[in-house]
Amino acid sequence: MTGETAPGEDGSPKVVFQNVSKSFGAIEVVRDVSFEIHDGDFIAVVGPSGCGKTTMMNMLAGFTKPDGGAVLLDGRPVAGPGPDRGVMFQDYGVFPWLTVEKNIRFGLELAVKRGMTKAQKNETVEKYMAQMRLTDFRNAWPKNLSGGMKQRLALARAYAANPRFLLMDEPFGALDAQTRSDMHDLLLEIMQAERKTALLITHSAEEAIYLANRILVVSARPSRIVEEINIPFGDNRDRDLLDSHEFIELRRHLRDVVMKQYAEQQALR
Amino acid sequence: MQRLIEFGWRLLPFAVVILIWYAVRWSGVVDQGLLPPPHLVFLDIWKRSTEGTFLLDAWVSIRRVLLGLFFGMLLAVPIGFLIGWNRTIRRFVDPLVNFFRALPPIALIPLAIVYLGIGEVAKVAILFYAAFFAGVIVMYEGMSQINPLFIRVSRTLGATDWEVFYKVILPLTVPHVLTATRVALGVAWATLVASELVAAQNGLGAVIQNASAFFQLTTIYAGIVAIGTFALIMDTMLRMASRRFLDWQERVVQ
Ligand SMILES: Nc1ncnc2c1ncn2[C@@H]1O[C@H](COP(=O)(O)OP(=O)(O)O)[C@@H](O)[C@H]1O
Ligand SMILES: [Mg+2]
Repeated sequence: MTGETAPGEDGSPKVVFQNVSKSFGAIEVVRDVSFEIHDGDFIAVVGPSGCGKTTMMNMLAGFTKPDGGAVLLDGRPVAGPGPDRGVMFQDYGVFPWLTVEKNIRFGLELAVKRGMTKAQKNETVEKYMAQMRLTDFRNAWPKNLSGGMKQRLALARAYAANPRFLLMDEPFGALDAQTRSDMHDLLLEIMQAERKTALLITHSAEEAIYLANRILVVSARPSRIVEEINIPFGDNRDRDLLDSHEFIELRRHLRDVVMKQYAEQQALR
Repeated sequence: MQRLIEFGWRLLPFAVVILIWYAVRWSGVVDQGLLPPPHLVFLDIWKRSTEGTFLLDAWVSIRRVLLGLFFGMLLAVPIGFLIGWNRTIRRFVDPLVNFFRALPPIALIPLAIVYLGIGEVAKVAILFYAAFFAGVIVMYEGMSQINPLFIRVSRTLGATDWEVFYKVILPLTVPHVLTATRVALGVAWATLVASELVAAQNGLGAVIQNASAFFQLTTIYAGIVAIGTFALIMDTMLRMASRRFLDWQERVVQ
């Protein structure tokens, strides 16, 4: 829909963080971070809170600009937010003044989507509403939805706008364990149906391993990438995986690495 | 049935106040001549309405309030919006708004009389002033509370500046407009009566003022009850509008 063809089809990186640095006043938050995101990647970023993960994501989303280095998207520096990069936040960001259906429709009624016909828009809304199991609640106000439903709504709304990227900032952090794991499976399901290149910020080692194909462990502030872990499970993810020997080993390792960084971040306070 | 009970609950406090009124009168704590009984007050309202100009006075007052409120809010909404939105404008205007808001509108009545005479224009101007400053402050405090998250989300969905404005900011402004109008309405009634007490040939404030000159206590009470009733009716109407338009809010403005 965006019209641009991604130079990522051949496997060249779509997103490049090139020696990115960022400070807020005297606080250096990100220092000389470099990494690449390839077409179809699902990257999880794990690190202690306050270390600068949200700041990194915001630079890709286009909410803030780096002080040094560059965040490149298809070879060009990110200029601002845009419909090619959908974002999910921990506190949902669902529009409270719109019903479930109108929330999903919001992105489709904007000028950027004027190329779509009315029928295409309706079809898109119905499709994602059904996929996120929200059809029965189409006329409900967000205030009457549970946390899990709000996050499903946010996901449906993001997908309806048909972005190439899905950026998620601790989207499941506020949910209870059961809802969280349902959300994981729902996310995997929609990702398998329609692949997006994804960046997920999370605190949970388990969540990162279960969802991502690559994990970046970020240090205490100022954040650098201390370790990159490849997750070898491919599309083969279900609940049984959680009990596998390989999964448990990976989780142990990731927790060790992260715990060390947590300890350093604590010392910073 | 449910609605009848609900309505009964609304009236109950007033019934209790009237009972206490009778009780105070009969207990003899206050000289009976200084406290007319409620039924005589209502009778006075009835007689002055059917035989006198009471209804006309009420209408004159209501019209002044509505005009002042209308023009006040007409300006308060866009100005409050601008102040709430733009930090530079806010820094410049904030001290001024606070100065003029702290100034009781009643203090301007003599000035208004000097410049605008004692006609309708002077009264509406004072009410405009009162409604504007009450409204503008509620507007811009509400505006500055708008969650930037919603703006970010709409940007990531592809909204242009104009779309952010009318699809996100505008709907989020509606609750504040309604709250500001309610606050301004209360201030407008208070100011109206004061301005009519000082200089007016008609209106409910003038009715009270004239009655006071002739020591007609019953009529003074009649005027007060009428003012309270009309103010309450208008406020209730605004509250009903809020409930209708702001169904989506977590907590409807009560
Ligand atoms: N807009 C801002 N102004 C000033 N400081 C900020 C701003 N945004 C983030 N920070 C600071 O930068 C640090 C990293 O923040 P953030 O990226 O939100 O961390 P994380 O998402 O990893 O928890 C924190 O110490 C935070 O206080
Ligand atoms: Mg964060």
